[in-house]
Amino acid sequence: MLPLVVVIPIGIAFLISFLGKYYKKLSDILATVACISLAILSFLIFYELRTMNYEPLVYKIGGWLPSIGISMVVDGLTAVMLIVVNVIALISVLFSVSYMEKYTDKWKYYALFMMMLTSMNGLIVTGDIFNMYVFLELGTISSCVLIAFGTEQDELEASFKYMVLGTVASTFILLGIAILYSYYSTLNMSDISLAVSKGSSTIVITFLTLLFVVGFGLKAAIVPFHAWLPDAHPSAPAPISAMLSGVLIKSLGVYALVRILFNVLGVVGSNILIILGVISMVVGGFLAIYQKDLKRMLAYSTVSQVGYIVFAFGLGTPLGIFAGLFHLINHAFAKFLLFLNAGAVVYATDERNMENLGGLREKMPVTAATSLVGSMSISGVPPFGGFWSKLFIILAAVQAKEFTAAVIAILISIITLSYYLKLQKQTFYGKLSERWQDVKEVPLTMCIAMIIPAVICAGLGLLLLPQIKIVFLDPAVGVLANGLEYGSIVLQNIK
Amino acid sequence: MIEYFLCFVLFCIGLYAVAVKRNMIKIIIGLSIMGYAINLFFTLIGYVHNAAYPILSKVNITQQTSLNMVDPLPQALVLTAIVIGLAITIILVSISIRLYEKYGTFDITEIRKLKG
Repeated sequence: MLPLVVVIPIGIAFLISFLGKYYKKLSDILATVACISLAILSFLIFYELRTMNYEPLVYKIGGWLPSIGISMVVDGLTAVMLIVVNVIALISVLFSVSYMEKYTDKWKYYALFMMMLTSMNGLIVTGDIFNMYVFLELGTISSCVLIAFGTEQDELEASFKYMVLGTVASTFILLGIAILYSYYSTLNMSDISLAVSKGSSTIVITFLTLLFVVGFGLKAAIVPFHAWLPDAHPSAPAPISAMLSGVLIKSLGVYALVRILFNVLGVVGSNILIILGVISMVVGGFLAIYQKDLKRMLAYSTVSQVGYIVFAFGLGTPLGIFAGLFHLINHAFAKFLLFLNAGAVVYATDERNMENLGGLREKMPVTAATSLVGSMSISGVPPFGGFWSKLFIILAAVQAKEFTAAVIAILISIITLSYYLKLQKQTFYGKLSERWQDVKEVPLTMCIAMIIPAVICAGLGLLLLPQIKIVFLDPAVGVLANGLEYGSIVLQNIK
Repeated sequence: MIEYFLCFVLFCIGLYAVAVKRNMIKIIIGLSIMGYAINLFFTLIGYVHNAAYPILSKVNITQQTSLNMVDPLPQALVLTAIVIGLAITIILVSISIRLYEKYGTFDITEIRKLKG
């Protein structure tokens, strides 16, 4: 069952790129069916993991034992990430069906979309570090082409920038992998983890940590390396901006970084992550206030919120990891929703500058209502999930005696609230100008695609109920908090 | 040891080109040079001086040990990395051709619609 999460999307991408040209409707149907089956599959994998009492499920490709062959590993963290990625991909495809009508060659879009999904799923389940690199590159290439999909000036420019920085990042990651291989003579993550736990020099580990932080930090857009994100994410078509900000930078960047640092190199919690996280929060937050472009503001907000996530993971305490993971899930759904809303606004009005918008609430009630839910969730207003995760991040910071960082986190969350209020006020509230008198609400599928994540956003606070928390989040936190025990736990489960 | 140092020099040349040059094509060449430096480094890791190629033969199987053979794994990985590098170069070149059609220049300082 495990390899299917990679096989289905890549197979569908292959089929679409062959048949999509001749049967226009087929690509819609194939992509939707694939995403539905992947979403169901990710829940099934989670269920299977639960019946196995959270012992990692290992699949050996071609039957070769690890350290020779490539293995796929599913543990608590992987299962949670798989569910988040595949559910979001499903909603995104639902949104694309109507939205992408305004572009030509829709089937190419679906083929690339499925490739991107392959890369994310593959990167999440793989247990081999070079395999991870290959999926990372696949993700970078396909998302880069998707950013340039409109082939207008800013799209091409953003895509070029992203590709150059992305390639530099993967060069650093490949260098890190080369050094890992030269020291430990294996590429299997659990083997490396076992070898590191038997003792290794601190200098090598520090150097590798730096290489991977630079590499994956570029992919995750942590602040000194964030320059590409505010260009790339707004330029892409809306469902892709939503996927990029919602899950791609989290699986390609944060997940991969955390998995390698915590489980492979055994650096549970590090000051580099804390410092970079705090800087990202502050810089992203302040730059977001001054943006006039709707999608650009959301992109800077992503930088800021990823800063929160990285900071929480950097604390390294179980509470910090829990808060980071919870904020990751909350932010994935909320930012995904907000980018879809921005896409709906652009679809209806073809205007991205917030100063020219206003009063759209009367004309687009569904978009306005769902956008309010998303904004409130991200900026941390109590009943929504985002409030709880920010609360836990601040609690974790206080518990880890990082008082300055905790104060900064609180201040930045106020700033977050302020720019989301600005977004709401300028786009959906206020007076409707003459220009938008005959704006209509977006088609039904797009409305449904916005309502589902809004409901999820509102309900994510329920993950904190003890019964659900034990099932869903605690195993994932356990995997990361165990650090180097990952290797021996996985190797025990290979039959 | 000298070859590792030269690898590093090559890497720095590539990084310099990416960071300093303004011409898009030169940036792409710089990225390729960085990739080659890493590939070379990776192959050097598996290289053993005066060793045999890593293929088991039936004739003198007794004399072959893993010690006097070149490590084949890095070479396989580098092959994969080269293919990925090819894909990246193709995409970058095609994007820069499209940009050239829009702006009529390869100079990145003149292609600046996105700021802030």
